[in-house]
Amino acid sequence: MLGKLTWAAIPFDQPIVMIASGTVGAVIFALLALVTVKGWWPYLWREWITSVDHKRIGVMYMILALVMLVRGFSDAMMMRSQLALAAGGAAGYLPPEHYNQIFSAHGTIMIFFVAMPFVAALMNFAVPLQLGVRDVAFPVLNSLSFWLTAAGVLLVNLSLFVGEFARTGWLAYPPLSEIAYSPGVGVDYYLWSLQISGIGTLLSGINLTTTILKLRAPGMGYSRMPVFCWTALAANLLIVAAFPVLTATFAMLLLDRYCDFHFFTTNLGGNPMMYINLIWLWGHPEVYILVLPAFGVFSEVVATFSGKPLFGYRSMVLATMVICVLSFMVWLHHFFTMGAGADVNGFFGVMTMIIAVPTGVKIFNWLFTLYGGRIRFTVPIYWALGFMVTFVIGGMTGVLLAIPPADFVLHNSLFLIAHFHNTIIGGVVFGVMAGYNYWFPKAFGFTLNERLGKAVFWCWFVGFYAAFMPLYALGLMGATRRMQHYSDVHWQPYMLVALGGACLILLGIVLTVVQLVVSIRARHVNRVGADPWNARTLEWSIPSPPPAWNFARLPVVEGTDAFWAMKQGVGVPAQRAEPEPLAALHVPRGNPTGVMTAFFAVITGFALIWHIWWMVAFGLLGVLAVALKQAWRTDTEIAVPVEEIAAYERRHVRHGASV
Amino acid sequence: MRFAQQLMLVPLTLALASCGGGVLDPRGPVGRAERLILIDATAIMLAVVIPVILLTLAFAWWFRAGNRHARYLPNWEYSGRIEMLVWSIPLLVILFLGGIAWEGSHELDPPKPLISSTPPLEIQVVSLDWQWLFIYPTQGIASINKVVVPAGTPVHFRLTSASVMNSFFVPQLGSQIYTMAGMTTQLHLLADHEGTFQGISAQFSGDGFSDMKFDFVATSAGEFEDWVAASRAQGRVLDEASFVELARPVHARGPATFAQVSRGLFDHIVSGHIVADPVPQLSH
Amino acid sequence: MNAVNQALTRTEEIPLSFRGPAPTRSVAGFGFWLFLLSDIVIFGALFAAYAVLSGETAGGPTGAELFDKRHVFIETACLLASSVTCGFALLSAQRTEKLATYFWLAATFALGALFLALETSEFSTMLAAGAGPSRSAFLSSFFALVGTHGLHVSMGLAWLVLMALQIATLGFQPMVSRRLFCFALFWHALDIVWVGVFTIVYLGAH
Repeated sequence: MLGKLTWAAIPFDQPIVMIASGTVGAVIFALLALVTVKGWWPYLWREWITSVDHKRIGVMYMILALVMLVRGFSDAMMMRSQLALAAGGAAGYLPPEHYNQIFSAHGTIMIFFVAMPFVAALMNFAVPLQLGVRDVAFPVLNSLSFWLTAAGVLLVNLSLFVGEFARTGWLAYPPLSEIAYSPGVGVDYYLWSLQISGIGTLLSGINLTTTILKLRAPGMGYSRMPVFCWTALAANLLIVAAFPVLTATFAMLLLDRYCDFHFFTTNLGGNPMMYINLIWLWGHPEVYILVLPAFGVFSEVVATFSGKPLFGYRSMVLATMVICVLSFMVWLHHFFTMGAGADVNGFFGVMTMIIAVPTGVKIFNWLFTLYGGRIRFTVPIYWALGFMVTFVIGGMTGVLLAIPPADFVLHNSLFLIAHFHNTIIGGVVFGVMAGYNYWFPKAFGFTLNERLGKAVFWCWFVGFYAAFMPLYALGLMGATRRMQHYSDVHWQPYMLVALGGACLILLGIVLTVVQLVVSIRARHVNRVGADPWNARTLEWSIPSPPPAWNFARLPVVEGTDAFWAMKQGVGVPAQRAEPEPLAALHVPRGNPTGVMTAFFAVITGFALIWHIWWMVAFGLLGVLAVALKQAWRTDTEIAVPVEEIAAYERRHVRHGASV
Repeated sequence: MRFAQQLMLVPLTLALASCGGGVLDPRGPVGRAERLILIDATAIMLAVVIPVILLTLAFAWWFRAGNRHARYLPNWEYSGRIEMLVWSIPLLVILFLGGIAWEGSHELDPPKPLISSTPPLEIQVVSLDWQWLFIYPTQGIASINKVVVPAGTPVHFRLTSASVMNSFFVPQLGSQIYTMAGMTTQLHLLADHEGTFQGISAQFSGDGFSDMKFDFVATSAGEFEDWVAASRAQGRVLDEASFVELARPVHARGPATFAQVSRGLFDHIVSGHIVADPVPQLSH
Repeated sequence: MNAVNQALTRTEEIPLSFRGPAPTRSVAGFGFWLFLLSDIVIFGALFAAYAVLSGETAGGPTGAELFDKRHVFIETACLLASSVTCGFALLSAQRTEKLATYFWLAATFALGALFLALETSEFSTMLAAGAGPSRSAFLSSFFALVGTHGLHVSMGLAWLVLMALQIATLGFQPMVSRRLFCFALFWHALDIVWVGVFTIVYLGAH
């Protein structure tokens, strides 16, 4: 009746898990109760849950990412504390069966449910605004993408309480992830939650690529787009090209596990090496999907707060697109030690080095943007400077690992762990934090507390070095990754320092929440208008927060840094003297397709994991029903009458400029 | 404050070099060559990275908004000369390092035999859940979780796995190589002098992974012969039946030896004729 | 629209990329085309797996032993013909001729259904003979690749029925004709994938 699901699936005998699940459950229940008691459901449903507005969806991605950051980071704290204890003969407090789930969950959650949503949040919010248009190409699809990601989040977190998670590492290599060696539901939770959220990501990639290539303000040719939009384009092209490979590979592993296929088994002709090739064919572009938009944020931030245009726009764009293409030609550097031979290893080593060239060019261009500037030390600039210093170290260790014989002694060691955290934290996290502080006032109409913002930065910056420099050392000392305990007590001091660093980062995360609460409380004091930063791009030309339609009149663009040009009085004089008359607009109506599809997707995913076949059928029928309802939906837009727009403009626009 | 953090890397690395036992304290030619590459490549890159970090901090400080001495160039966004410099510095560094990568990849390719006047010792390696089996085909013995070799003799490893993927790694001797079921990989290592070195698996393989350690012992030629003789005297036989028994999942088994190994056992493990549970039986 | 904006959007003189947001039809078509590219990448990965595993018969039957080229030829003819009928359906839709559109859609459906029936019978024969996907890696990759294509065809047929219903209930409004256009793109893309399948899998069988 319920497939493989029995009461034994709930880990009553594991106190840590029960307490964690209980706490999370209680918090969720309390939140739902609060919302119900206060009568906020209609507002939430109408304005957020069914919203197809890219700005709202961007904010929801950000909230999702921040919540999952806490979950992923608690895994990290458990790993650090276990390793601080488990030296010499000590066993620590987390037996291997749990520890292996914890590090697998840590990686999976951080990449798929923290980093990707963070980046999606910024791209969703800012790209249409920077392009001078009213929304993305497919707003309903956008909502669906968000809710499918949320569905994946729900499934992954369910695995904590009902069943178990994968014990294979975040990429689930076979043969370990095959049914023979992982007979439990853990790998199935992993695969289905990622397949579901992967569909969301792919749709998002199609959506944003189409938006950037087909929907821009008049006059905004490609060479006049902000650099953040170029990096978003590159990232979304990579999503469209790479995520299908992930989908196909996971589908093959699922067929092996469910239907006794032999893609990656060790018998009847299966080939685990093929999984590794395919998964990294996706995996390497994935890290560029994460870091390119972060680079874009830094381009905006450094230019804005230096009071100068970005140095070398053309070469930045060229470097971005070169990275985009090359990211597909380096995947083998993740497994030099698999024994492909000297020529193959050498080729991929050289290709990996080549990709370091455009990245280096970007660093220099940011450097020369600072040169000759009048730099204001706001919170985003702190993150940008911290990034420039930190990322080059991570890049250096990456080039080091790209030399096959160097990799032969460092592969899978804590040195590798330090390298990729160096680039992901120094690059992606720092970039997201910069973008978060930079665009927050635009989204909400008030700034985040500056002092707390700087405290958050220092906690992350110092905490990162304390947590990961010891890991570089440990890797050189021969320590491998994914150890649950180790015998050499000389390693323990390094592990303790690393734990200290993690605690500092934890403080940074706590202060981020505090910063948000404090800022919300002070929102009337910290109110800002359209352009608090004296910035350069179009999103700063409209009120904060922007109206649903973004731009009452689509701006006409003459060059890069379109808003800066407008402020300098450059621009078509006739346009400024006689603005286009206001006209009625259409704004997409809210739509429950996204959340309802995701609802049935969760049911289907859960049922597939536990082999409850009738529930699978029910879930799929539900998805079909929602799709049919959407297919016949004709009333999809709200007309905004010109009087409303005019009244809005009167309130928010003075002398041709938004305030 | 930030600069100080960077400076701390230097004494750290020096401390490591004295802190024996790892990649920076190699005891064989392979490891030594790899350490040289590590140090050279790092030095070359630091020559670019350190100035970049210093320049970042310097520019940020000098061009701060409060500094009226600094020139403000509000429209300066392009310089052909700087573009040239900015593309050519990374390009040159990468060209050089790319050469090292290509050369090093060929010189230190794991299946490439080491140059030595001594003929190589053949050892066959099978990774199991969660222990290491070493078969000496010439000597006809086998060992669990302990490799004994004569110092100064090159060792030719042929490796496979009887379960999931692992990675055979002795950090102080150099390169690691994956072990995979159904196929063989190869590795050549050499320990210059006598000593005992830690060996591990460097590819996560399940619950007993952290216990998957072995000793790599380099002895004198005489001691090596003694060890072989002692193993032979022991009397345990490693054949298909005892292999299947041996291969049952276990954590942290201590070292042990076998006096006899049935012919072609390694090849049968590779081809799948002998299967360790839980992989289902082959059809032929 | 004032003089300046008129000037800036006068079509012939301005490059496409400078003209402002593209019309909905263009946006929808482009987005769907991107989706098709991503779908082709999925097939690409399955083709790659097939290429790697096609020799791994594990002592079981090979492609040369299993495949019936005549059967495949008929399947191919069905699918290619269905692309032609689909094209005619689209033309009729552009001329807003309801009955003609229904006719050509029905013809497309019939040919597609025939393709699926033939493929299903091929699969059942193989399964009955013990040559199912569990027999070997080669057969796993065969069933996955050809089966995924078949699944896409099935979903295409369902979509086709849906489009006929949409035309019946909503008429040829812009939203419906955009979707019909996307359906046609999808159907033709499946044809292209099939050409790959039949060349690499069936003609290349060894």
